[in-house]
Amino acid sequence: MAASAEEVRKSIKSYMLVFGALAVLTVITVAASWLKVSVALGIFIALVIASVKGSLVASVFMHLTGEKATLYWVLIISAFFFILLILIPVIQNSETAHLIDQVT
Amino acid sequence: MSSDHHAHNPGFISKYVFSLDHKVIGVQYTVTSLIFLFFGFSLMMIMRWQLAYPGESIPLVGGWLGKYLVDNNGVLLPEGYNALGAMHGTIMVFLGVVPLAVGGFGNYVMPLQIGAPDMAFPKLNMASYWVYFLGGVTMLAGFFVPGGAANSGWTSYPPLADIANTVGTHPFWNGQTVWLLGMVLLITSSLLGSVNFIVTIMHLRVKGLTMFRLPFFVWAQFVTSFLLLLAFPPLEAAGVLQLMDRAFHTSFFMPEGLVVSGVVQDQFAGGGSPLLWQHLFWFLAHPEVYVLILPAIGIVGEIIANNTRRPLWGYKTLVYSVIFLGFMSFVVWAHHMFLTGMGTAMSTFFQTTTMIISIPSVVILTALLLSLWQGSIRFTVPMLFALSFLPMFAIGGLTGLPLGLSASDIQLHDTYYVIGHFHYVVAPGTIMALLGGIYFWYPKVTGRKMSTFLGHLHFWPSFVFMNTVFFPMFMVGLAGISRRLWDQTEYVQGIDVQGWVRMSSWGAWALGLAQIPFIINFFYSAFAGKKVNENPWKATTLEWAAPSPPPHGNFAEVPVAYRGPYEYSVPDAKEDFHPQHVPDSQLV
Amino acid sequence: MSSELLPHTLEAHPVTGMYNGKFGVWLFLASEVMLFGALFSAYILLRTHGDFPSHKETLLDYRFGALNTFLLITSSVTMVMAWASFKLNDPGKGKMYLWITVILSCAFLFIKIKFEYLHKIHEGITPSYSTFYGIYYCMTGLHGLHILGGVVVMLYFLTVGAGLWNKNPHQFTNRIECTGLYWHFVDLVWIFLFPVFYLL
Repeated sequence: MAASAEEVRKSIKSYMLVFGALAVLTVITVAASWLKVSVALGIFIALVIASVKGSLVASVFMHLTGEKATLYWVLIISAFFFILLILIPVIQNSETAHLIDQVT
Repeated sequence: MSSDHHAHNPGFISKYVFSLDHKVIGVQYTVTSLIFLFFGFSLMMIMRWQLAYPGESIPLVGGWLGKYLVDNNGVLLPEGYNALGAMHGTIMVFLGVVPLAVGGFGNYVMPLQIGAPDMAFPKLNMASYWVYFLGGVTMLAGFFVPGGAANSGWTSYPPLADIANTVGTHPFWNGQTVWLLGMVLLITSSLLGSVNFIVTIMHLRVKGLTMFRLPFFVWAQFVTSFLLLLAFPPLEAAGVLQLMDRAFHTSFFMPEGLVVSGVVQDQFAGGGSPLLWQHLFWFLAHPEVYVLILPAIGIVGEIIANNTRRPLWGYKTLVYSVIFLGFMSFVVWAHHMFLTGMGTAMSTFFQTTTMIISIPSVVILTALLLSLWQGSIRFTVPMLFALSFLPMFAIGGLTGLPLGLSASDIQLHDTYYVIGHFHYVVAPGTIMALLGGIYFWYPKVTGRKMSTFLGHLHFWPSFVFMNTVFFPMFMVGLAGISRRLWDQTEYVQGIDVQGWVRMSSWGAWALGLAQIPFIINFFYSAFAGKKVNENPWKATTLEWAAPSPPPHGNFAEVPVAYRGPYEYSVPDAKEDFHPQHVPDSQLV
Repeated sequence: MSSELLPHTLEAHPVTGMYNGKFGVWLFLASEVMLFGALFSAYILLRTHGDFPSHKETLLDYRFGALNTFLLITSSVTMVMAWASFKLNDPGKGKMYLWITVILSCAFLFIKIKFEYLHKIHEGITPSYSTFYGIYYCMTGLHGLHILGGVVVMLYFLTVGAGLWNKNPHQFTNRIECTGLYWHFVDLVWIFLFPVFYLL
């Protein structure tokens, strides 16, 4: 929101903090890719870090924390449909697996 | 509104061509989409000749169609038949019905119904019309590029669509690629429009007009806008991927080592999945079905409430049903893909969601039917269209159930039964409702009523011939005739049903003739129709509080909503309707 | 012209807490989520579906990716600082931050095109090379187009559109905020693109 000048000045501080956090997390995500872990765990770590970075950007830079319920509802709906989209490969692969079962 | 509107005298171009006024844009959308509707329908009238009289030269227009569509004798080529089919579907859905229902009616009526001076983003509104126009021109350009228009069906399934129109044509200016470019433009236009609609409905309602005092039509537009906003981008993504496949030979939808007509498709590295397209396409295209239907249901609701002189039965139930319908429409897409080798668990899931989504549809239809109960119905022309919508939409909906069950879908998939089913929803359903909407709001747009005589001359033949065209398709489909055959008489079962096919064709041509009274009425009444006052139908919603036609800025003074949208026949009242904008003190 | 008279062009709507433009941009971003969501979904499907190289074989240089990540993160900070400066009635500083954002994004595009795309294409690795490179060019290319769009909008506010500040600073600041929302979203998409293409 940052309606008044005072609040804007205050939030500048948090912008700088988030900037630092994002930079550090970028280094961490690169470093984590060198860890000798399984592919699945590697993907999990990278996506968790990316999600943390993404939520920092959304909640602080995009001021999502100060918004009202209407916007949250819009975003919840899109998030739900986004998850559905991401499930397409799961659905598709269950189909393929079923076909492979039939062949073998 | 203030003097700012009149500070300068807008010239013809900025007033009627690049206008920012939602009413002008609404009329632009309406006229353009009606032209596209008639054009798309004409393509089908040509195809119906080939189906009814396979291998005979097309009368009247056969010599005019060009080498990509017909041979030297004026007989429709198989490729030409496919091109006409693909373009018919695309034009009717994306250039005809959606722009008419959302761009035309939504733009013109919705801001008036919420008492707004305009849409929230007038420039965006203008942009969305012109991007739509550009998309339409691009689509039509497909007929003139080397190799002819896109011919992989309106669904553009790969791998066929990835390699179609590529041999012996321009690498870029060929039918399917132009089709994809056109789609990207049309999707962009819809996105701009839907953002505008949602913000307008949320932000520009007048004082007193709470969400549950909104006319049902506005609710329908609201849910439709969300569908457009969230369902269209996946198709845009899929379109971009297919464009990459075609232009840069990526292999998103191409498996490795595919052989088509004896040619190994080794320009593709392979590794892709054709079914990815189907998922992304139907992720859009099932919600798209509700984009086609919901505005029509909204229009029917308005007309029925007005002409039965009764409140809509179960207004809140209708609203919740529409919201639920919109939400569920995202979770049923794979019922179009039962025959892709889907596992039983998945097909059971999508079969269940499909059965669930039929519930709100039936609730809506039932509520609209119950609204007729004990009403003193005025059989005006718009009401005739609205009434005809109810049974025909019901036929469309109910014939969809066997398609949603994976077992019966095995028999019916990709037959004329499917064609009959979705045309009953969209043509005798949605298009009849939209035509009714034109008769209903025409007095508001022009200040004149359309001729009732010509209206009857339009309605009755249209009603009869709509059924003549589409009902035989169920018989043809149940006989097992596949939906995209150029000549179904090559099959024994095709010869058996040839009578039904011819009936359908003659119905289509007669339906074309039946539109002539409408075309005459549409133009003639604009300057010779009976002049009417601001509220000729004695309706309650806010658009009837504005002058007919409404000036720039819409309302003489900003209205206030004092009550719900359908207060007809209030007991013990002097008048049988209480407009939303009239305070209680001035009633009774 | 008439848009200035519409309600809630400047002031937030009491229920939604947003003015028209901001709500519009958020809705647009919701649709963008679905656009990139479909592409991420395609990526996952292609990756789990068939011959799809892991990053050890793909030889995308993560150093360019990491450098570009820093550039974009920094540009996001300068963007939000530009908005804060305009909000604090300091247009000089605001413009400076906006220029820095433009320069950072141009640097991003330069690295992307010069050292990544052109280099790969020179090696014969075009989009048709494999499904990995196909989706890589497609998603980063679409993201690059978003960056380009953002740069065009920022340049507009720095040049032709700058006059609005004098006429109506409130509206100008709102427009910078909307640009910022879009910009942060583009940054957010890159935050996911970077590990997906360079690290996993």
